[in-house]
Amino acid sequence: MTLATDFDPMKGKMLQILDKTGKVINKKLEPKLSKQDLLKIYKLMALARRADDKRLKMQRTGRMGTFAESKGQEAAQVPVVMQLTKKDWLVPSFRELPAQITFGLPIENDYLYYMGNEKGMQQIPKDLNMAPISVPVGTQTLHAVGIAWAEKLKKTKNVTVCYFGDGGTSEGDFHEAMNFAGVFKTPVVFICQNNQYAISVPREKQTASKTIAQKAIGYGMEGIQVDGNDPLAMYVAGKYAIEKARKGGGSTLIEAYTYRLANHTTADDATKYRTEKEVKEWEKKDPILRWTTYLKAKKAITDKFIKETDEWVEQEVARATKAAEETPKISIDDIFDYTYETTPQYLEEQKQEVKKYYPE
Amino acid sequence: MTLQSDLMTKMNMAEALNLALKQEMQRDKTVLVLGEDVGVDGGVFRITDGLLEKFGENRVIDTPLAESGIVGTSIGLSMNGFKPVAEIQFSGFSYLGFDQLAEHASRMRNRSKGRFSCPMVVRMPYGGGVRALEHHSESYETIYAHPPGFKVVIPSRPYDAKGLLISAIRDPDPVIFMEPKRVYRMIKEEVPEEEYTIPLGQANVVQEGSDVTLITYGSMLHTCLPAMEQLSNVSIELIDLRTVKPLDSATVIESVKKTGRCVIVHEAPRTCGIAAELIARINEKAFFNLNAPVERVTGYDTIIPLMQREQEYLPQPAKIVDAINRTMQY
Repeated sequence: MTLATDFDPMKGKMLQILDKTGKVINKKLEPKLSKQDLLKIYKLMALARRADDKRLKMQRTGRMGTFAESKGQEAAQVPVVMQLTKKDWLVPSFRELPAQITFGLPIENDYLYYMGNEKGMQQIPKDLNMAPISVPVGTQTLHAVGIAWAEKLKKTKNVTVCYFGDGGTSEGDFHEAMNFAGVFKTPVVFICQNNQYAISVPREKQTASKTIAQKAIGYGMEGIQVDGNDPLAMYVAGKYAIEKARKGGGSTLIEAYTYRLANHTTADDATKYRTEKEVKEWEKKDPILRWTTYLKAKKAITDKFIKETDEWVEQEVARATKAAEETPKISIDDIFDYTYETTPQYLEEQKQEVKKYYPE
Repeated sequence: MTLQSDLMTKMNMAEALNLALKQEMQRDKTVLVLGEDVGVDGGVFRITDGLLEKFGENRVIDTPLAESGIVGTSIGLSMNGFKPVAEIQFSGFSYLGFDQLAEHASRMRNRSKGRFSCPMVVRMPYGGGVRALEHHSESYETIYAHPPGFKVVIPSRPYDAKGLLISAIRDPDPVIFMEPKRVYRMIKEEVPEEEYTIPLGQANVVQEGSDVTLITYGSMLHTCLPAMEQLSNVSIELIDLRTVKPLDSATVIESVKKTGRCVIVHEAPRTCGIAAELIARINEKAFFNLNAPVERVTGYDTIIPLMQREQEYLPQPAKIVDAINRTMQY
């Protein structure tokens, strides 16, 4: 018996340790996290939430372009990614600010990218094995399999965590990735953030299968549906899948059942397709709220810590904003010089043509 | 390029490509071959024959039947230290992988400012003239030449095929390597046993001449040669592009400046074909040297017909002869 067989998605089971009020409902599975780790989850979720709020403010005031908000999906990301080492890989889609922060990407990188400056993704710290974010839906799942396959061929124990959404599971690439991962037993942890909508299309119209987790079965892989707003459940599921992958047991599909408490992107208006009542219900399940209640009941957090964290978060977001806004644009050379390793003559000529109009 | 080697063997293009793969896999342990039927079967055209036995199933990989999967995982493999040589069984099925190629492989270097790159080769047989099934005869190289970031190589003969494939595998950027399936076993020529490279982006002046420049690549070289035999009174400079991206403009411009006349031949459809780009470049750099409009002999802007009518679609020596005569008499 494994965690995935205990919570067989075909039997309608979902892994949950904390209920929506933050009460432990599965004592047996409650992980013995150190106080430091418990608070780390709190700090990272709080930071990600504030960093996301700041993006929205900047977008609304014309300081940032369109971006995909991550509000409400922090628990589906932070507790999993915090278990990775620097040698592991993170292959995100475009709603993974919390995962990126947890992995170690400076917030200003994300800000820069959405401010329209390529440096955001071009300057991912060299010691972070993070792929640049992927905008074409679902395509990155195949890169994750290739990256993990390379690790397997190099005989390492490094794991690749790949994020995508419920809409992504309708793309052919998702199926091809799951299939390759099953056949070649690559160490990938697939995490589908089922946030109930792909822009406006609800989950039921995306697939007729009862859960997304059960799709794993068709690829000879384990799948598990997890309450994605429950940090403990996500921690436990992530730990199971990561350890299995490290030991050569191949891939797992985790369906993080969650909800985006925001629009799809800043260019979207979710009131057109979601009711206020529905959003209000999910606001009650806010992962940060739930986590705070849990920590308080456990007496693992103090009001002083909450206040201090709040101040730290504010400072960190302000620092990142300043860093991003003070970063110069990429140069004209940068536009041309990374098309190929060696810039061919015809591109040199085109570059000189632009430079005449935009001298630097 | 000259070679100081006594070890020459007569071989066809299929054998030359096979030898190139074998030697590169021997030389560089990070080179992998993957695709549909490339292992046990040795590829449907037998280009990868014998590689599985020699290098094992970790390096010669029979993949599931999924072109995007083959290309997409190759991107991940190449971002993480390997050099995948992916085979797409027919170029007509490569479009399932096009999204991965154009959205990711071609842009990864730029998006990461060189931290990640995709030094991968995607090999695919292309072109007509082999009485094949529907979807097995197209020549859509323009699709790959258009997005920034790829190199597109199309050899015409065994010697070039080997040298170009070795260069493609050693290239730090993604290379689309289109193989004229009509030529796989059409001719044999002396090919050195030893390794050698032919630089990508360098055309081959197959024959020097002074009256007209005839430009082609891939299987159409073998249609141009018989046309030239019928024109013994015209001094033709024959250029085999070998790489359609980057185009060797310098060689083309130099030649057109000398001859003042030019005919371009490709089997791909006419609109936005490689000839169109060449004509634009000739206009930019050699307009005042022209004595006649540049002619093009190409496939038509239609679906390539099935075998009963495909010869009518394809450029034939008679069409090329007429184009050269029109150019000469202008």
